[in-house]
Amino acid sequence: MITLLDLFSIAAIGAGAFFFLAGTVGLLRFPDALTRMHALAKADNLGLGLVALGLIPRAESALSALKLIVIWALVLLSAASTTQLIGRALRRGRK
Amino acid sequence: MSLLPYLDIGLALLVVAVAVWTIAARDLFTSVVGYVAYGLLLAFVWIRLYAPDVALTEAAVGGGVTGVLLITAGKRLGALKNVAPEAQPGLAVRLLTGVLAALVAGALGAVILMLPDPPPSLAPEAAAAADGAGAGLGNPITAVLMSYRSFDTMLEKMVLILAVVGVWSVGTDKAWGGAPAPFRRPKPYAPMVFLAQMLAPVGVLIGIHIFWTGANAPGGAFQGGALLAAMWMVTMMARLAEPPRIDTQRLRLALVAGPAVFLIIGLAGKVVAGSFFAYPPALAKPIILFIEAFMLLSIAAALPMLVAGPPSERADQ
Amino acid sequence: MTPSVLAGLVGATLVGLGLYGLILHPHPLRKLLAFNLMGSGVFLVFGIVARRGAAAGFRFDPVPQAMVITGIVVAFAASALAVALILRLSEESSRVTLDPEAWTKPDSGDAK
Repeated sequence: MITLLDLFSIAAIGAGAFFFLAGTVGLLRFPDALTRMHALAKADNLGLGLVALGLIPRAESALSALKLIVIWALVLLSAASTTQLIGRALRRGRK
Repeated sequence: MSLLPYLDIGLALLVVAVAVWTIAARDLFTSVVGYVAYGLLLAFVWIRLYAPDVALTEAAVGGGVTGVLLITAGKRLGALKNVAPEAQPGLAVRLLTGVLAALVAGALGAVILMLPDPPPSLAPEAAAAADGAGAGLGNPITAVLMSYRSFDTMLEKMVLILAVVGVWSVGTDKAWGGAPAPFRRPKPYAPMVFLAQMLAPVGVLIGIHIFWTGANAPGGAFQGGALLAAMWMVTMMARLAEPPRIDTQRLRLALVAGPAVFLIIGLAGKVVAGSFFAYPPALAKPIILFIEAFMLLSIAAALPMLVAGPPSERADQ
Repeated sequence: MTPSVLAGLVGATLVGLGLYGLILHPHPLRKLLAFNLMGSGVFLVFGIVARRGAAAGFRFDPVPQAMVITGIVVAFAASALAVALILRLSEESSRVTLDPEAWTKPDSGDAK
């Protein structure tokens, strides 16, 4: 029997998977490295956040749920920094 | 109806595809990126094989730190582009090599399909050793590493030190005692500094947590040490810290601490507990954690030194 | 086909692929990459032996898994040493190759 929490998990994880798909489509279809990074940084991180949100009701304890959120925050941090670094490298390479 | 077999097959195909891409890529940088991605996918395969400890190690050391090593190396070999094409081997050599590779892979595959059934296992011995030594560790892999096969683990720490000494001795004689110079001298770049300042404290905390929790859950000194090493490397890349001179006392002490403590306690076991590398049953778990703490320090010191490379002469030394 | 057998066959394929790359690629770093690929294939074979050795209440045999963990770290240490040697060799000979003739052949213009 599917409870409301299960439905919420399914919906959130499904939405997250859709955003990952959108990010990958952007990676494959955009013409330029900068636009591709834009697609990845925005769509993939949002997708990861939704997946983490969907997994929270299924966590064993509050601590596990907190760990999921910390994972998302760390990925956000590293994604933001690395897109900046790659962008700078691209801009220098063009000069 | 279970989806899992299809996921398994999909994962296997993906791993092989990325590996083929790594071999077949045109230039070095692409190949290295493919290898890092391959390492991360392999971590998934390890999870499917019920090996979370190995998955952690593969993702951290096999994928992460090896990737940093290779990218830094490629950069220092010049612009990460393929050198003016060496004589690419001709078609005959390619065919012969392909046949050889196929034969080797086929032989190995045949062996795998013919593995003995029922499968032999050392699990009962390992469990008995872990319980008998009174280790009381919840993670059987840590028990095996530190109790059942402790000698192997100590030797492996010594191999790490030998590798560091080997890397250091590749430098020129004039440069001995100097500091490695793996990264060129750019000004500190704000996003990198931000990343290091935000990530390093959190990473150090998580690394120590992974080491501590390795006694009872997946984790351990290697995985935690790899994470600590990564945090030090991030700090060095952001120019917030410089690679130390290789003749500093603290660095050498940190490198040697792990195997030295392990060896001393192992030798003392002869006197205290009856045989080399045996622990007194009541104190086994605290002793193991004590040794692992020093191992953590040594690994966290050795891995970045391996990536940083040999000492180099710099004008401003 | 259990996950173990599948992973084992993947490991065998990786060993073959790595051997192919190791022999064929002229660039030393790519040889190193291929060698690492071979190594991880061998570790996978260890892993399936571990998985099949489920006994004594565990779902896996911890001894091969501990060996694989040790092996991954040692493989990294060996790769680091190899990289240091390759870099020093390239600095000294101004060419990126493992060909021993490179030291004696006249420079054909691709010096660094």
